[in-house]
Amino acid sequence: MSSIVAPDITPTRKYEWRTILRHRWPLRLMHWINLLCMLAMVGSGLQILNAHPALYWGEASHFDTPLLATRTVVRGDELRGETRIGSARFDTTGVLGVSADANGKPTSAVVPGWAMIPGWRDLATGRRWHFFFAWAWVINGLCYLAWSLASRHLKRDLAMRRVDWRSIPRSILDHLRFHHPVGDEAARYNPLQKLAYLAVIFVLTPLIVVTGLSMSPQMDTGMGWFLALIGGRQSARTLHFLAMASFVLFAVVHVVMVVYAGPINEMRSMITGRFRVHYPRVGASVSEPAPPLPAEGVPERENPHE
Amino acid sequence: MSSGIQLSRRRLLRVAAAGTGMSLLAGCDALSGKQGFMDVLASTEPLNRRVQRFLTGDRLAEEFAPSMISPVFRPNGSIDPQTPEYLALKANGFGDYRLRVRGLVERPLEFSLEALRSLPTRTQITRHDCVEGWSVIGSWSGVPLATLLDAARVRPGARYVVFHCFDDLAGDGSRYYESIDLVDAYHPQTIAAHTMNGAPVPVSNGAPLRMRIERKLGYKQPKYVHTIELVDGYARLAGGKGGYWEDAGYDWYGGI
Repeated sequence: MSSIVAPDITPTRKYEWRTILRHRWPLRLMHWINLLCMLAMVGSGLQILNAHPALYWGEASHFDTPLLATRTVVRGDELRGETRIGSARFDTTGVLGVSADANGKPTSAVVPGWAMIPGWRDLATGRRWHFFFAWAWVINGLCYLAWSLASRHLKRDLAMRRVDWRSIPRSILDHLRFHHPVGDEAARYNPLQKLAYLAVIFVLTPLIVVTGLSMSPQMDTGMGWFLALIGGRQSARTLHFLAMASFVLFAVVHVVMVVYAGPINEMRSMITGRFRVHYPRVGASVSEPAPPLPAEGVPERENPHE
Repeated sequence: MSSGIQLSRRRLLRVAAAGTGMSLLAGCDALSGKQGFMDVLASTEPLNRRVQRFLTGDRLAEEFAPSMISPVFRPNGSIDPQTPEYLALKANGFGDYRLRVRGLVERPLEFSLEALRSLPTRTQITRHDCVEGWSVIGSWSGVPLATLLDAARVRPGARYVVFHCFDDLAGDGSRYYESIDLVDAYHPQTIAAHTMNGAPVPVSNGAPLRMRIERKLGYKQPKYVHTIELVDGYARLAGGKGGYWEDAGYDWYGGI
């Protein structure tokens, strides 16, 4: 946390560390259940994709013109992985199309075995994982939504306020300059963070659930309106995949931000709930105006800014 | 906080993350091999069936315009059965083919293709969804299964319809089979199809007769059907799971 130090002051005198309760236990529990479910869903989802590693747009599969496909090409006595995006073809041996199996032998697979559940080709088992954890994930998500509404987490901590919209440019600059917030601001979600979480909760999650369900021929007897909207079942499958990729991208950025913001502190706040915040001391002459102090500056209190 | 500590912490974290990742995956693979755990995962299958049926009721699968029919109806599984009884029938254009309806019925029946074609026919242009993920659209004409069941008069104890097929997909002398319950059996779009895209069903797509069960994935819609059997349970058949792919670990519901 060295970047917050202003050149003319000594942090130990002008600032103090306070420990706050950042995340309450239901949120922490649901966070880790969510992670477990998502890992299982992505791994088993890739196993399912592996059964037919090609994505199309429309109602049916146009096998000659996939949007995105991987395949295995035999060149001489060598297996090469080829990835096709539209009409462009790329050699992706080792990652997509062909990768080393557990014994290091080149094998035909959409992604390497370590990214699939199970690690070997087994669609039936992958489906079982996928549908079990789909239920677990949806139930966990509904619990999260109910808890967030009841505890006002959604309204208080996640909802974008006018000030959040206005401070987006400044938040972008803060991120680019590696400027860490202090005080109350550090205990709150910044506007970019709020937008990312809101997009995941209210855009990506419904999208991945609905596109997942609309791949079911039984559900489709009642979901024709949705398929008509997006162009058909194969569009749903493609969108389901893109939503998954967006979730993975979110998770990668999320982890990068955790490391950037202080991995120990951030991890602790999601395990024990405790989070250390750098507060300016009362009366200290700081070059910038000091953020307002909370009413009761008691360590370990229930902090409203969760 | 010195950068040295930051770095080593970061490295530690990376090692820990990699370690957790590896053990997680190894754990998933180990769990996938445990029957008890897989049974727990499979516990959501009846949930899928109940919830999906509750949400959609008796609605029909979408039917499409002729212009949507796929240029090739991609075949999968058996595409050219080599069992002797099938080859014999194929040799004379399925003239000797008989569809049998038997089991828990008042009146066991037999139908030639000729007889089937003279029964009330339903034609539907529907999407076929393979468990692998791809879809094709085709036009199917055939006799509603309900018509056949009503003609044979299903007895009260019957709970499932089992389809016995000519093909030996496993290549071990066994025969493909499938089963559905009476909810799907009496669905209006469940038909014994003799015609595909306006012509007799080709061999690769299940000649001379295949089932269309439009709310199911492809593996639940058997090809090369010769016998429709009404049963009170399927546990005594083959692997006991109600179908060829079910015996290999796939879900019996097959609606998602």
